[in-house]
Amino acid sequence: MAAAGAAATDLEVVRGKRAALYFAAVAIVLGLPIWWKTTETYRAPLPYSEISGLNALQLRLMVPITVVFTRESVPLDDQEKLPFTVVHEREIPLKYKMKIKCRFQKAYRRALDHEEEALSRGSVQEAETTLAEPQEQAEGSLTVYVISEHSSLLPQDRMSYIGPKRTAVVRGIMHREAFNIIGRRIIQVAQAMSLTEDVLAAALADHLPEDKWSSDKRRPLKSSLGYEITFSLLNPDPKSHDVYWDIEGAVRRYVRPFLNALSAVGNFSVDSQILYYAVLGVNPRFDPASSSYYLAAHSLPHVINPVESRLGSSAASLYPVLNFLLYVPELAHSPLYIQDKDGAPVATNAFHSPRWGGIMVYNVDPKAYNASELPVKVEVDIVRVMEVFLAQLRLLFGIAQPQVPPKCLFSGPQSEGLMAWELDRLLWARSVENLATATTTLTSLAQLLGKISNIVIKDDVASEVYKAVAAVQKAAEELASGHLASAFVASQEAVTSSERAFFDPSLLHLLYFPDDQKFAIYIPLFLPMAVPILLSLVKIFLETRKSWKKPEKTD
Amino acid sequence: MAAAVPLAVLALLLLGPGGWGYAEPLRDSLREELVITPLPSGDVAATFQFRTRWDSDLLQEEGTDHYFLRYAVLPREVVCTENLTPWKKLLPCSSKAGLSVLLKADRLFHTSYHSQAVHIRPVCRNARCTSVSWELRQTLSVVFDAFVTGQGKKDWSLFRMFSRTLTEPCPLASESRVYVDITSSSQDNETLEVNPPPLTTYQDVILGTRKTYAVYDLLDMAVISSSRNLNIQLKWKRPLENEAPPVPFLHAQRYVSGYGLQKGELSTLLYNTHPYRAFPVLLLDTVPWYLRLYVHTLTITSKGKENKPSYIHYQPAQDRLQPHLLEMLIQLPANSVSKVSIQFERALLKWTEYTPDPNHGFYVSPSVISALVPSMVAAKPVDWEESPLFSSLFPVSDSSSYFVRLYTEPLLVSLPTPDFSMPYNVICLTCTVVAVCYGSFYNLLTRTFHIEEPSTGGLAKRLANLIRRARGVPPL
Repeated sequence: MAAAGAAATDLEVVRGKRAALYFAAVAIVLGLPIWWKTTETYRAPLPYSEISGLNALQLRLMVPITVVFTRESVPLDDQEKLPFTVVHEREIPLKYKMKIKCRFQKAYRRALDHEEEALSRGSVQEAETTLAEPQEQAEGSLTVYVISEHSSLLPQDRMSYIGPKRTAVVRGIMHREAFNIIGRRIIQVAQAMSLTEDVLAAALADHLPEDKWSSDKRRPLKSSLGYEITFSLLNPDPKSHDVYWDIEGAVRRYVRPFLNALSAVGNFSVDSQILYYAVLGVNPRFDPASSSYYLAAHSLPHVINPVESRLGSSAASLYPVLNFLLYVPELAHSPLYIQDKDGAPVATNAFHSPRWGGIMVYNVDPKAYNASELPVKVEVDIVRVMEVFLAQLRLLFGIAQPQVPPKCLFSGPQSEGLMAWELDRLLWARSVENLATATTTLTSLAQLLGKISNIVIKDDVASEVYKAVAAVQKAAEELASGHLASAFVASQEAVTSSERAFFDPSLLHLLYFPDDQKFAIYIPLFLPMAVPILLSLVKIFLETRKSWKKPEKTD
Repeated sequence: MAAAVPLAVLALLLLGPGGWGYAEPLRDSLREELVITPLPSGDVAATFQFRTRWDSDLLQEEGTDHYFLRYAVLPREVVCTENLTPWKKLLPCSSKAGLSVLLKADRLFHTSYHSQAVHIRPVCRNARCTSVSWELRQTLSVVFDAFVTGQGKKDWSLFRMFSRTLTEPCPLASESRVYVDITSSSQDNETLEVNPPPLTTYQDVILGTRKTYAVYDLLDMAVISSSRNLNIQLKWKRPLENEAPPVPFLHAQRYVSGYGLQKGELSTLLYNTHPYRAFPVLLLDTVPWYLRLYVHTLTITSKGKENKPSYIHYQPAQDRLQPHLLEMLIQLPANSVSKVSIQFERALLKWTEYTPDPNHGFYVSPSVISALVPSMVAAKPVDWEESPLFSSLFPVSDSSSYFVRLYTEPLLVSLPTPDFSMPYNVICLTCTVVAVCYGSFYNLLTRTFHIEEPSTGGLAKRLANLIRRARGVPPL
């Protein structure tokens, strides 16, 4: 009877143990995952591997160059080999994680009849206009015409010519190694007209480690979808000066054509204002020698701040604002000159501030004071002013003066103040910069998601990320195949999508719900559930160990 | 940071086509004025008006498309000097010359009343309105409590109010004047004295009453030159008899009534104190969507009788999209109080839609009352351009009435606020309940139950055995 009772209790004990084990198993296998799943922050799947792949992206920038040989440019037997293609590839050494390779793909061919005819004309400008008509060249591509060594198209001492459009002319040579020599000359011209290390270094200035040149490279505005340009006339002394400027006419005549030429880069809006009683933040020093006032170079940084609070245009715009100020000094402080670092007056009486804009001091003609009583009517010589402002505008957009190879004839600027290949250079730079920005944004988003676990990624944010990744890849492909225009559009899209994803407000929705609080809230559930399970598991464990040890001892 | 610019050779391109257009330079025209009105209570009201006007060909298309007319209102905003700074930036002379010198923030914001406005509108340049100018009108009204700060005296001066005096006119202004209301002095010459004595006076009918103003023209050299600054002072020679302040013909009041957090009632009282003329008013109300209006409860009563509005426009609200819009034309009988009331129900918001301080309540924007109020004194129609700014914002079209627009006070309505810690409480409670159930269930399933044989028994058994032994009976 007792044995049966003991057997029954044993059975009961085993059943209890089994029940405890099942409880533990259900809680761990079913309960925990369900709880985890239901309290988890929503995160749509993201292409992490592709994003990390972007970092190691190899950018291959291809410049398609068509090289056209006229009849007497190279020896006859060399002419027989045409057409063929030569590729000149070079890695651009930058301290940047992306490898950038520059690839000039030269397609050599013989001149067509109409090209021969055009190049046999008297002057290079004439030849250019006849050549330009039939076909419009794609952005980023170049055409180089090789003319005969003794052609009178160029002055005798010049070896090459760079035109305002995407064309150049190079003298040929009658030599055994003709293709090699000409090839080198072509590369020289092509580098002046398109990609150089400087352009790319300036474009990536924000992403590169600081060096001594970086302040100069950081002058251009950052790439953006649009820009706002504000012209302000500062008249601190309306009692003595009644200043009038024809800014509408000036913008129509000089600024608009330039901006229209730049329209591929972004949207521009232009506005103007006149501010009275707006003074510079620095008191000019008096120079008794010339009885004039001057602003020293070291005080120029302090000039801008007090004025900026009154400009007020950046508050109303989404885009970066470029300010151009024309300052007519007070009667008490005129004439006013700006001195450079060596103490010599600056010829233009103007200076610019990187990524901000430019200031020009406009002195009133002293003769005007004698003629009439105050206030003096001042008509601003707008051509002189716009000359300076346009030069500053070019600098602020990063259109540097090109490095012309030796013995090269250089055509004057077009009426819009921008050459087609300068625009191409800007587009190359902006595409690379956009790609770098988009990759950085995507990488930091991925890093952030890894670090902070309760950032929500909604489906629409995820789709923006996918779009951005695809756009970066597309832009890289288009760059590699030499389609600059579509590459630029894709790179812009990449920046827009990546920033829209990064700055989406839905990312922050649960940021105030940290993990430790989540666990604290569920303690009333976890503690009473976990304690009995753990205790019985410990008990089971101890008992089994005891029952294992017992047989050993008896043996 | 800044560097001198090496200038590129751009002269060539700049000498582009076209010559110089020697058109007469257009310049913005600026008029500014300050109106000082001593109030019967001893307070002083000062109103600045600045009008900038410029010609523009922006508005070439035909007028305003009223389909896109927008109305928006922010019922409450705490004013501070940050409201004055950007406002002052719009003035051509900033705060450096002219009347704007007096705009000193620490004085203007220590007043008992402060009202600041910007109006921008197109103005026809000729009778047929073929071209327009834009007008930017900035007004600032403050009421100084001169009686209390002046130790019981009602005298004031510019310096005492603004701690500044006027020194020079704004060189850009075509007109710069100070008007001082001396109506009570013109009736009998003994009550007050203005110093320096005005060179000219100006009479006009303003809001239905005849007023006399002393005029100081800053552009007139004689006004400032005597002492290089102008500090207008006013002295009361004889205290005024305690006359009741004149009651305006039209005024209004608004309040919310009802108890509990479910229903309520919005009431607007419109007072017409004109002794014998009835006139219509236009009442515009925008009510946020979270107050659900019951339009069938809209009642308008005047003098105990129902008053039917001659025109009603109602646009119902859409949740989270647009507020209720209610516009009515109501005839106000002479010498009466009309009550417009409408009931509403308070809606529940989503818990993220509540403001950071939800128990403070939600503001309801004021209603706007516009009316042509009949005038007691016939005003003669004057040239609009010539008359002072303070009388020309709403031009008088008809000599027997004047235009008034009133804003009632904004209302504060409390909405039912949830317990914001509720999600936490719910989670905790359910967790506890689940844990209790689970605990007993767990115990039931995992514990082993023995049937235990009683070994020795309790105290009662021992006692029984003792008795049994004594009796000689075998123990239990």
